[in-house]
Amino acid sequence: MTMKRDQALEALAEHYTDGIVVPVFQSAFDWMQIRPHALNYLCTGAMGQASSHALGVALACPDEQVLVLDGDGSLLMNLGCLVTTAEQSPKNLWHFVSNNGIYEVNGEFPVPGKNVDFAGLAAAAGFKRTYSFSDIDTFRRELPEVLGGEGPVFVSMDVEIGKVYPRDYVTIHSADSRKTFRNALRERLGS
Amino acid sequence: MGNTDSLAGVSIINGFKSAGVKTIVAVPDIVTCDHMLWPISRDEELKLVMVCKEDEGVSVCAGMSYADHRAVLLIQHTGFLDSVNAIRAMGMDYQLPIVMAVGLQGMEVDKLPSESKHNGILILEPILQAMNISYSLLLQDSDAAGIFESIDQAYKITRPHVFLIVRSPV
Repeated sequence: MTMKRDQALEALAEHYTDGIVVPVFQSAFDWMQIRPHALNYLCTGAMGQASSHALGVALACPDEQVLVLDGDGSLLMNLGCLVTTAEQSPKNLWHFVSNNGIYEVNGEFPVPGKNVDFAGLAAAAGFKRTYSFSDIDTFRRELPEVLGGEGPVFVSMDVEIGKVYPRDYVTIHSADSRKTFRNALRERLGS
Repeated sequence: MGNTDSLAGVSIINGFKSAGVKTIVAVPDIVTCDHMLWPISRDEELKLVMVCKEDEGVSVCAGMSYADHRAVLLIQHTGFLDSVNAIRAMGMDYQLPIVMAVGLQGMEVDKLPSESKHNGILILEPILQAMNISYSLLLQDSDAAGIFESIDQAYKITRPHVFLIVRSPV
């Protein structure tokens, strides 16, 4: 069984309406349409780095929940982040990875090791709470529990390409996106 | 007896603190480990975030900058070279205040980086110049006096800055 990524992100958006999200590549393109919000941190620059950006935000804003919407190819470029995050153990960080076995925006070529157990890697790195989902109904049902409690939490989602939203690279790299996020974060923090 | 103006780790650390730095993000470096990283690890005024790889640290500092949280990335020059793409993205394209303190492993004690026989050191300044990233050389203790202004300026104008730690701090 598997689930469509857009279904998974729509379910997530229903339960997580107003917090910080750091999405990457196709998840970013989808997320900014599914849940447009000033606290979407879209500018992660170099592939693989979203989880580390999110860790920086989470450590600097310990009272704000922070979600990463990573990809399997991206996570494979920065596996050390799992150890770094587990070591820091921020209670406010949730790391989701869309696991579809391909570099989706880079020609859909398969990633190495397409059967990697990412939740297992996260657990081995020291994440105390890890989940794997491959069925949309189960994912929907368990989301309140997944998003509750304390982080760091790691969630592997086995997904297929669903509805694909436009690849708006201009927005995810734009100065306006950074300014919007910075201002929204300052407002949220009251600074 | 050592040079009375020998670059002291405590002077650099105090320079960071004077500029409002709260967090040091680091990968250990032989040049700075004894007199900077170890003391920082015991310093209750600074949070130390150890990362597994230097480009992680660039991104952690980037994320922190959005919350106006000042951080310094303490790494070795090899890690800087390994992280050039992340520094390009966050520092040049996104114009974020990524402040780096870079130890020069293998640096000759009587030379400047531009005179080094080590390619990894020799190419640092030309790379920084090509990337239009401001930088300072820390050779002696009096150079630490400029740390406050460099960091403060980096955060005010949201641009990266690199401190090249040319001599091993004492």
